[in-house]
Amino acid sequence: MFSEYTATELTAIFAMQGFAGLILFSVLVLMALGLAIIFGQMGVINMAHGEFMILGAYVTYLTSNIFSEFMPSLYEGYFFLAMALAFLAAFLLGILVEWGLIRFLYKRPLDTLLATWGLSLILQQIYRSVFGAREKGVSPPEWMMGSYPLTDLIEVPINGIFVMILTLVIATGVYLLMYRSRWGKQVRAVVQNRPMASAVGINTEKVDRLTFGIGCGIAGIAGSAFTLIGSTGPTSGQLYIVDTFLVVVFGGAQSLLGTIASAFAISQSQSTMEFFLSGSMAKVLTLLFVVGILMLRPQGLFALKIRR
Amino acid sequence: MSSRNQIRYFERKDLIGFALLAVLLMLVLPAFLDVFRLNLVGKYLTYAFVALGLVLCWGYGGILSLGQGVFFGLGGYCMAMFLKLESSDPESTAIQSTPGIPDFMDWNQLTELPWWWEPFYSLSFSLLAVILIPALFAFIISVAMFKRRVGGVYFAIITQAIAAILTILIIGQQGYTGGVNGITDLRTLKGWDIRSDEAKTILYFVCCVLLIGCLVLAQFIRRNKVGRILVAMREQEDRVRFSGYDVSNFKIFVFCLAAAISAIGGAMFTLQVGFMSPTFVGIVPSIEMVIFCAVGGRLSLLGAVYGTLLVNYAKTSFSETFPELWLFAMGALFIGVVLAFPNGLAGLFQRYIEPYMPAWYWGKSKQPDPSPPPEPKTPPAETDGPPEIQESNAPTVAKTKKETETETLKGGQYVPAD
Repeated sequence: MFSEYTATELTAIFAMQGFAGLILFSVLVLMALGLAIIFGQMGVINMAHGEFMILGAYVTYLTSNIFSEFMPSLYEGYFFLAMALAFLAAFLLGILVEWGLIRFLYKRPLDTLLATWGLSLILQQIYRSVFGAREKGVSPPEWMMGSYPLTDLIEVPINGIFVMILTLVIATGVYLLMYRSRWGKQVRAVVQNRPMASAVGINTEKVDRLTFGIGCGIAGIAGSAFTLIGSTGPTSGQLYIVDTFLVVVFGGAQSLLGTIASAFAISQSQSTMEFFLSGSMAKVLTLLFVVGILMLRPQGLFALKIRR
Repeated sequence: MSSRNQIRYFERKDLIGFALLAVLLMLVLPAFLDVFRLNLVGKYLTYAFVALGLVLCWGYGGILSLGQGVFFGLGGYCMAMFLKLESSDPESTAIQSTPGIPDFMDWNQLTELPWWWEPFYSLSFSLLAVILIPALFAFIISVAMFKRRVGGVYFAIITQAIAAILTILIIGQQGYTGGVNGITDLRTLKGWDIRSDEAKTILYFVCCVLLIGCLVLAQFIRRNKVGRILVAMREQEDRVRFSGYDVSNFKIFVFCLAAAISAIGGAMFTLQVGFMSPTFVGIVPSIEMVIFCAVGGRLSLLGAVYGTLLVNYAKTSFSETFPELWLFAMGALFIGVVLAFPNGLAGLFQRYIEPYMPAWYWGKSKQPDPSPPPEPKTPPAETDGPPEIQESNAPTVAKTKKETETETLKGGQYVPAD
């Protein structure tokens, strides 16, 4: 299948597909980071994670509309405010959900799955009633449009570069938060041994609530970034939820590095194959590959070694 | 006395329950509903097969599969392939560029039948395939997973991924599977028109008989040693393993059984509704089927049937009148069932109605003291695993270990030794 292309064209194809893969990678990482915190650290299966992401996307959409309506001169910078608001909205909703639902179910992980699935149905219907069933697109600010030509054949879109930088910043932030802050230390302590953590004076309820909220907040940011590369509908979140879970499980649920590595592997293999096969076959092969590896190595790529 | 003689597969109350269900399905509903509504009930009953499979594998075995739609779909597709081949004989497909192959293949520029469609010309092969293909598929998945001691949450996520893969595959391979429309326009079964009112009524009764057959089979398994070990395994997997049982084999068995039962449901669905499409394979229908089971009570075989009927009835009537409210109701149902009624309708029945039942209802089985009614067990948040599960009391493990002690077990109900 390579014969009809010249060598330089092939390089360009691989580079462009690789770059497209990097954008997919960024979105997957952003979504998976939140989930890795919630699922990996707390053991809660949040099926509504996609809906938290969509909440962020809708908040971004609303902010951009407000800016273009009332402050067109500041439109160039709306995205940064939108991102902060998206985080805040998803964070608050996350806290509310933890308080109202999740905290009763910590001992029953399979039931959190069903309950959060119910939550996701409700949220989807709310989005549909409020924003309509049609997909909403956000027009990105001027400076994010267009693309940057690297060579004659290779062009990289600027919004893609921006999303990648954003991912890098957020991943670093999460890393610092989890491994270099007092709060992160508490979270890890609670995960490893809940009774002991509470015996040494950690308020485990508060830690749980904050952890869940921050995980959801990161999903909100992911949704905000998502508006730069695609449009948002009430059920867009559901499309990504299985991929995201596979990313987290494949990477080894408790390892942030594993999450990033597996997001990279999945997105790159998918986008490279997409060029040569049909999109659906690329996806099938990628998922099969992941499921196959998981059957051979159930603990994921990077398993955290702790005694239980 | 050997312990085997003491297993009573049907207590009086089970018999009454089964008989009531049979009367309801085979006499009451056909007497009061027209053919259209009866066909609708028949369609719901095919989901009850899946819910029944879930009671066995989730309620009893503790294995939550979010991919039961896969098996439902595989069973349905096997049946649909046979019916499609029969309805696309060369005469009725003469206008196609290649007569004699299913219409969707012709639309997708296929000129001959793929080799794996060939065996489906035979009815007996197709009927075998309905059960064997999904069971084999379930076997492969479950051996790969359970032999490596993958369970719980991970199993749920992987079965979900498999449901996603199969849906994408079916939709993507339009020429071979009919794509997103599925396999439609099924007319006859060995020359018998399945779309006539008479055929629909007969198929409804066939579906009922099969369902009750599966229920009886499930009841045997539940009361059997296998059922006991499943419950013990769900509660304390390590203890069962240390007692010398190979836990994974029991899990594989119950998962394959659930898959086969779901597949029968899928095949009956195809026969009664007249098509099969990927919308019954994916993640969303698979999780919906879990809720049918949860509403009925994840530990109750009969509850699975009632739960399925009730949720689907609610779904149909809601979506006819307030379509936008249905998702809210469905979401609330999920949350409510998990938070407030982990044992579903059957749990409510056991707690509030059953204690007041007269003596003839209980037969020889031990009747609990009617007053006061059994206290609710500890609140959900403070117990491990699904709470308030009646049969999860400690003796199950003890029993599998020391089967000579069955004097204390009367008709499956544990009587404290004091």
